Amino acid sequence: MRCSLFALLGLLLSTLPLHAAEPLRIVSLGGAVTETVHAVGAGDALVGIDSTSLYPADDRNLPDVGYVRQLAAEGILSLRPTLILAGPEAGPPATLDQLKISGVPMMVLPSGYDLSSVTQRIRLIGQATGHAAAGEKLAADVDREMQIVQEKIATLTTKPRVLFLLQAGRGAPMVSGGGTALDAMIRLAGGINAVQGFQGYKPLTPEALAGLEPDYILVTTDTSEALGGKASLAEMPGIKLMSAARDGRIIEMDALLLSGFGPRLPEATRLLAAALHPDAAVTW
Amino acid sequence: MRAAVLTRPASDLWRRPETLLVMLGLLLVASFVMSLSIGAMAIGPVDILLSLFGLTSDHTVASVVMELRLPRALMAVVTGAALGVSGAALQGLFRNPLADPGLIGVSSGAALGAVCAIVLGATLTLWLPLFGSRFLVPVFAFAGALAACLATQMLARRHGSTALLLLGGIAINALAGAMTGFFVYASNDNQLRDFTFWSMGSLAAAGWQGLYIAVPMTLPALYLIWTSARSLDAMLLGEREARHLGVDVVWLKRRIFICSALAVGISVALCGVIAFVGVVVPHLVRLVAGPAHRLVLPGSAMLGGALLLLADSLARVSVAPAELPVGLVTAALGSPFFIWLLMRQRSFS
Repeated sequence: MRCSLFALLGLLLSTLPLHAAEPLRIVSLGGAVTETVHAVGAGDALVGIDSTSLYPADDRNLPDVGYVRQLAAEGILSLRPTLILAGPEAGPPATLDQLKISGVPMMVLPSGYDLSSVTQRIRLIGQATGHAAAGEKLAADVDREMQIVQEKIATLTTKPRVLFLLQAGRGAPMVSGGGTALDAMIRLAGGINAVQGFQGYKPLTPEALAGLEPDYILVTTDTSEALGGKASLAEMPGIKLMSAARDGRIIEMDALLLSGFGPRLPEATRLLAAALHPDAAVTW
Repeated sequence: MRAAVLTRPASDLWRRPETLLVMLGLLLVASFVMSLSIGAMAIGPVDILLSLFGLTSDHTVASVVMELRLPRALMAVVTGAALGVSGAALQGLFRNPLADPGLIGVSSGAALGAVCAIVLGATLTLWLPLFGSRFLVPVFAFAGALAACLATQMLARRHGSTALLLLGGIAINALAGAMTGFFVYASNDNQLRDFTFWSMGSLAAAGWQGLYIAVPMTLPALYLIWTSARSLDAMLLGEREARHLGVDVVWLKRRIFICSALAVGISVALCGVIAFVGVVVPHLVRLVAGPAHRLVLPGSAMLGGALLLLADSLARVSVAPAELPVGLVTAALGSPFFIWLLMRQRSFS
């Protein structure tokens, strides 16, 4: 009864022309979403972000509605948004339900770790924020830059095996198997995931790690810093035995850049590809 | 120690038991009103009243009040009452001031169910498409809570002794804890974070749907516990003495056990683990009202509700627009207060 009344009220409100004339107030939930909002030129309309929205850094002055997987509805609504953009990782579902009931227009973006998903998300965000043309252009740019990077990668003769370590502090380090953002990223950059045979992130024993013999070890800057830098990482059990660790073939990259699958995908791919193929005769 | 807890303070008018219940009732109402009035969004008292009667034209304000704050405040009352009353009844049943609902396996069983649903979520929704993914965690947590309680009860049933029930609870807690550990170990980063937040408790997901389930299950259970007040008083004298006084001890135990498991199980399933309320609220009430369950049970219901309302309000506004898990707030604020009360009590006696 109450719900249907609200639905009716919402319907009435949405038909008022006054509603459309209001300035856009966006709450963005997810690091890559916030990046995209800026990239399509709607950054000025942002009124709130989540705690994973770390790029661009000057956004950190905006109200922070908390961790993207543990959001609370009233905090988001208190910012009086006229548009909520939620990344695929946003949750919990109960909060998304509550936000839907509130009647504030909300877009939950589709997931996917590939180029077409990235450009689709960019287009959707462009349309939702009223910057459809900028969204189209950005999507086309990302598409084109990605083609250029991919063409260069196609000329490479080697496919190095890459081991991604998610966390290596407590207990056995977690590595990325199939179906993860990192598995997709390694493939895009012309490498092979050294971990095969299972989906998701799993802890591996030092012995199994040592047996992987990757050409490169890839870590996020956060993981590396938490461990006290590359040198300490190379001293860890299991990792210590790898020739990649002995020879310093350890690559550090920013976590959001590496796994965000946002508008910086071409840049991330290029940086990772360059790091994985240092001897290639390619100007990146 | 028990003597100190059970000692009734001087019978000054303001400390008379009846006065106490009225004051706790007022505290509950005041906390409820406050919980409705404050939050991340600044809404004036007039707008809140208008929203409650469906008279406001601001859809966002209306939905914040009617769909977020009101069901959440009601859920806090129901959950707080369930934790407080179950804690009081179990402390009476075990004649142990340290007993809390967690002792009979509810919390650890629910945690096992929840972590199972979180880690195996994707696979489980494939097998059980009937439950949408959002109901998976509550349903599994509730099943886990009941399963752990049943296992505890079955361990103890052979001899029917209270000590065995207690030990059974400890054993089942340890087993559930170990199995939870396996799931935590197999979880990925996101699942681990989801579970950590779940285990700190939150009322953020409370909505009308949850209340439609929680109220019809909790209230009858709490009522049944309340009708056992006299038998629980007799139990304070000792199990044999209670039997001589005509209390069917086996039936009483089973009844308190099942009702607590139901009431706390549903609250843990919907809100996660909320620390401190179940142990401490009954103590606070006893410090003032004495040991009679006729007063302790309703007193614990009201104080539990009021305390959870206050803690949740704090959780919602302290880091707005984000919010804290309410279990953190109850533990962080409640424990020092309780220590202070205990020290004060000792200097009295």
